Amino acid sequence: MSGYSEGFWGAWRLIFTFDPELYEIIFLSLQVTVSAVIIASVIGLPLGAWLAVNRFWLRRYVIAVLNALMGLPPVVVGLFVYMALSRAGPLGGFGLLFSPAAMIIAQVIIITPLIASLSHQSIRDLWAEYHDLLISMNATRAQRIRALLWDGRRALLTATLAGFGRAIGEVGAIMIVGGNIEHVTRALTTAIALETGRGNFAFAMGLGLVLIVLAIIINLAIHIIGKTERASTW
Amino acid sequence: MNLGWKTLIAAGLLASAGQAETMRMAVTTSFYNSGLSEILLPEIKLELGFDVELIVVGTGQALRLGAAGDVDAILVHARAAEEAFVSAGFGTHRREIMYNDFIFVGPPDDPAKLAEAKTAIAALQSIAMAEAPFVSRGDDSGTNKKELALWGEAGIAPEGAWYRAAGAGMGATLNTASGMNAYAFSDRASWLNFGNKGELSLLFAGDPALFNQYAYIPVNPARWPHVKNDLAMQLETWLTSEKAAGLINAYTIDGEQLFIFNATQ
Repeated sequence: MSGYSEGFWGAWRLIFTFDPELYEIIFLSLQVTVSAVIIASVIGLPLGAWLAVNRFWLRRYVIAVLNALMGLPPVVVGLFVYMALSRAGPLGGFGLLFSPAAMIIAQVIIITPLIASLSHQSIRDLWAEYHDLLISMNATRAQRIRALLWDGRRALLTATLAGFGRAIGEVGAIMIVGGNIEHVTRALTTAIALETGRGNFAFAMGLGLVLIVLAIIINLAIHIIGKTERASTW
Repeated sequence: MNLGWKTLIAAGLLASAGQAETMRMAVTTSFYNSGLSEILLPEIKLELGFDVELIVVGTGQALRLGAAGDVDAILVHARAAEEAFVSAGFGTHRREIMYNDFIFVGPPDDPAKLAEAKTAIAALQSIAMAEAPFVSRGDDSGTNKKELALWGEAGIAPEGAWYRAAGAGMGATLNTASGMNAYAFSDRASWLNFGNKGELSLLFAGDPALFNQYAYIPVNPARWPHVKNDLAMQLETWLTSEKAAGLINAYTIDGEQLFIFNATQ
């Protein structure tokens, strides 16, 4: 298929000629997704840990809902955020629709349940192991959560990376709330949708390859910096 | 690493906060796919000194964005809907800017003999008669409204397995038609700029009924005080100027003129 090789070489050309438009799109994708992952982690990781160490009657239902929300359809989230941020909507006064901030809000809603649910699962296993020790040390609830988050950091990193993966590849929500405006809210995925619509398959494939390579590089970089997945650390 | 991220985010936030003045305009996919905006926007930036951000959607959604106050102006092509929009008080007025035309494309063996049709209505009737596969936008866009109006005039309710509503933009619809070797109704600009024609070719055009008028409507500041009406008015003056006329009339793809400027002073 000539289309594939065209896309492949198109991608390399874009990268190595330092096409300014491409780098602008990559930067926006990273700006939005990294911001969303940080915010979602700040909410989701402690929430997951809190759910693991606390026993209350609604707990089972909260966890079931959280697990269900992991599969939240992004396009529905996009629609709700759009309705809320539209000038005619309840939060319209902030004028956030069609801005990177709106894209970040939508992505936070999409990935927070994922991060919270995955971190809850790993913290729960760790809590089973640490329970007696932490109780006998008379640790406060906050201390317990802190100890579990720190000792479970490798598993939590995986939860965070899963959130990153879902956010960077997401198109439905950010297309609706960002509007895919050139130089303002055009991210990698929305640019791919646009170029496919224009029949420019080579350019769209080039962008797609860039997206995949970018995701791999970031995952690898975080494992190297975090010293995980090495032979000496199981 | 943490510091690096923070710097990155801070830089990103600064970059988005430190922009010059901008206005937002909802435009149709057919206008955007024509590539004309890439000629006009840099000139507008140069002469008027502000950025025009384009939200590219179908005419139906463009009108809704205007009604909700989410854009400052719209540039669309569906006269009846535009007039309803203005009379409902969502827009201040409607100003015609330019026109192009709609065309029929289809497979080269042309099972419905479109190339021999005398009028657009006859072309549709022969497609329905032959039950030849036809891909419709089906997205309430200006092109879709025009196509449905023509079916109405032809006295045909397009239904059946041969009529496929894609529910997508012009490019995606042409992609679908190209993949299925089906007929489709498109504006000339999108077709000429489309990169995946496959075996499809232009089969019918030229009927005056296929006229496609684009009009500019500023969103009413009396309804939404936050809209940038001063910028929208400056843009209207520019779009109807001699300068814009020259750029619009001179825009060609493969030697074909796409738009004809027809704004009146």
